[in-house]
Amino acid sequence: MTDQTESYSAAGEVAQLRTRRSRRERMWIELRKAPPTALLGLGIILIYAFVAIFAPWLAPYGEAEVLAQSYAPWSAEHPLGTDQIGRDILTRLIYGARNTIGIAFITTLLAFAIGVSLGLIAAINRSWLDQVISRGVDVLMAIPSLIFALMLLSIFGSSALSLILIIAVLDSTRVFRLARSVAVGVAVMDYVEAARLRGEGLAWVMRREILPNIMPPLVAEFGLRFCFVFLTIAALSFLGVGIQPPTADWGTMVRETANLIQFARFDLKAGLTPLMPAAAIALLTVAVNFVVDWFLHKTSGLRDEH
Amino acid sequence: MNTELSDTTYAKATPAPDRDGAPLLEIRGLKIEGFADEKWNPIIKGVDLTLHRGEVLGLIGESGAGKSTLGLAAMGFARSGVRFAGGSVRFDGMDLLAMPERRRRKLWGTRITYVAQSAAASFNPAHRLIEQTVAAAVREGLKTEAEAIADAKALYAQLQLPEPDRIGDRYPHQVSGGQLQRVMTAMAMSGRPDLIVFDEPTTALDVTTQVEVLMSMRRIVDEFDTAAIYITHDLAVVAQMADRIKVLRYGEEVEEAPTREMLEHPKEAYTRSLWSVRSLRKPAEPSEDVVLSIQGVDAAYGNMVQVLHDISVDLPRGRTVALVGESGSGKSTTAKVVTGLLPPSKGEILFEGEALPPELKQRNKEQLRRIQMIYQMADTAMNPRQTVGEIIGRPLTFYHGLKGQALERRVVELLEQIELDAGFYDRLPGELSGGQKQRICIARALAAEPEIIICDEVTSALDQIVQEGILKLLMRLQKERGISYLFITHDIATVEAISDEIVVMYQGRVVEQGLKDRILSPPHAEYTELLLSSVPEMDPDWLTHLLEERGQDETAAGA
Repeated sequence: MTDQTESYSAAGEVAQLRTRRSRRERMWIELRKAPPTALLGLGIILIYAFVAIFAPWLAPYGEAEVLAQSYAPWSAEHPLGTDQIGRDILTRLIYGARNTIGIAFITTLLAFAIGVSLGLIAAINRSWLDQVISRGVDVLMAIPSLIFALMLLSIFGSSALSLILIIAVLDSTRVFRLARSVAVGVAVMDYVEAARLRGEGLAWVMRREILPNIMPPLVAEFGLRFCFVFLTIAALSFLGVGIQPPTADWGTMVRETANLIQFARFDLKAGLTPLMPAAAIALLTVAVNFVVDWFLHKTSGLRDEH
Repeated sequence: MNTELSDTTYAKATPAPDRDGAPLLEIRGLKIEGFADEKWNPIIKGVDLTLHRGEVLGLIGESGAGKSTLGLAAMGFARSGVRFAGGSVRFDGMDLLAMPERRRRKLWGTRITYVAQSAAASFNPAHRLIEQTVAAAVREGLKTEAEAIADAKALYAQLQLPEPDRIGDRYPHQVSGGQLQRVMTAMAMSGRPDLIVFDEPTTALDVTTQVEVLMSMRRIVDEFDTAAIYITHDLAVVAQMADRIKVLRYGEEVEEAPTREMLEHPKEAYTRSLWSVRSLRKPAEPSEDVVLSIQGVDAAYGNMVQVLHDISVDLPRGRTVALVGESGSGKSTTAKVVTGLLPPSKGEILFEGEALPPELKQRNKEQLRRIQMIYQMADTAMNPRQTVGEIIGRPLTFYHGLKGQALERRVVELLEQIELDAGFYDRLPGELSGGQKQRICIARALAAEPEIIICDEVTSALDQIVQEGILKLLMRLQKERGISYLFITHDIATVEAISDEIVVMYQGRVVEQGLKDRILSPPHAEYTELLLSSVPEMDPDWLTHLLEERGQDETAAGA
């Protein structure tokens, strides 16, 4: 503190002690302090992302390539065996990452686009519009979502597009509730009032004044919501109305190879085969949760003890 | 009662000798560090402090000087993220820093107690006041619960709380802020401590309430001969409370002296600059050229509660009209009516002789541009995710269509006008001090090139020395650009400094209005008198005299 002066100057006031750092430096500092679970979760997510992106190069065979033998045991040629019509299971697991994660990701993005926009509009408006949207959302949430999704899918048919749209709309209700409740707290701040007094339009207030300030809970919710969407898609696929063959998908794979589990008494490895896609689903869900936990702790404002 | 008080005043001038010779609290070479930004930064850099029994020490300094940290350290307590880095704190012969926390905890709440700034945030909303008042004394087994409750009621009575026998049955949200602050003092007194640390206990209160709380606190500290550390940034308040004053800056002691000596002959230049703040005063200039006229406005929230009754105020061009009154008097509501956030139920607003549309939505960009607003809490008035450049730049783009280089140049010009520099361009609000934040808000208002700026308590959250800087800046801008201010405040010193005309408000009505000199000189309306007499002065005898005067009034009224 060498700038101590006897007289007062505005620029010399003691502000918060903080070195200016670039975003990359700040991220690096946070990463070094992250708990091992979060690092593990991050690592797993990165591996999944890598596998999903580079699936065609990593997979030993083609996605729907039918090979000679069905239900082949584990071997050097087919590390995890083949399925009921003789497709390589490892290959389908790798492609499954791409399809399942990809669709779940797009669905979650869409759910957030819908839920956050409506939530912000409701929070800023706070009059009849808020009532209409909120009550509509209440009605949608009153219906069990899996059953509702099943019903809608059987009406509109199980294409990837209708799967994405239906789950996105159903899940946007939860996003709406979160976005509205956090945005209501920000919408009453003086800087939002200042923007309104300046004459700014709704879009500016939503995007520039409120959205940046409610990002942390939304990002955490994105992780969790992604898990739920991902599980819903897997469940629907397991029930046969989700992602349709020949597209490889983990939920469908569990269903197709489920009866192999009876052979566990004769060949333990054959019994493990249907558990592989299930494990892939479980591992990703756990990893995302680890990272979200860490992120929530960081943004909750709780101080670390020293 | 009056004689009793003048006795204590006499006693204050000459601190009572210690009963057993040794000081009650002795802090030597204390160093405290806070963890921020990935490293430990010094907060207190080697401060000594000695406090004898029955003595009141005032700690003053601007925010960030380390007053509160030092006050808590006197209890042997460090907030999370803060650690003791050296020195010693001896309380009644015991080394507080060396003993285990278990033993310190025994002292807290009974022998050393604490009165916090925000009473509302410090009480548990789920428990009755009386339970919380006696909790520490009962826990440590000093008294039985029945004794403690009887004692608490006696303390409530001494602190002049209404219905002392029953107020303890209420919950914290059922009493006013000033009452809650007194209940907290009773809580601190319950165990008859040797030392009380008051951390800005009246800063959040209105002037009229503050006086009552100060009176009761001083009376009770005198009565039980308790030693106290009184932390505040308000010099006039500390002058009423303390026997000695210690001035802190940047975590170091500037000087320490007995109150009278300190007030009359401050040694250091910094202390003198603190003292000079209150001398700021601009001569009132009348003007007939009215730019904004509020005419017979009534306003209500939600058709139910009428908060404004027939308000009429004229704002002359290039002048400052101060709206004065305690909280709830309708000052801020008046501002809301002017900005269009709350359309009036009756009356109208004339701007340059033309009626302004009552609702914000009906006003055009040009009308919005010409009336700007500055808020009390600069923290919440700026989006924490936007840089200074974006905050000041937006009105320039929005109203004047500036872009690119021209925009950047204009932002830097504005920064220079508010006595900051281009180095602030890409800072976030979180990286600024309180005064700097308020300056950025002023620059944002200036960027629109308005005719009128509504200032809503713009200096009340700031330290005095920073306040002075902001007020000088506002006056300079007024002179250079002929801006008119509608200045809302409850602080009379600020009003004296900046205003040309004064409007005194009470419960949604205008009590008195006119030129500054007329309002501030007697005869006053009854409420104006109360408001003016409640403003602490830099005279250590001010509170005593006031007590005497008001006491006489009461006796006269009673007789």
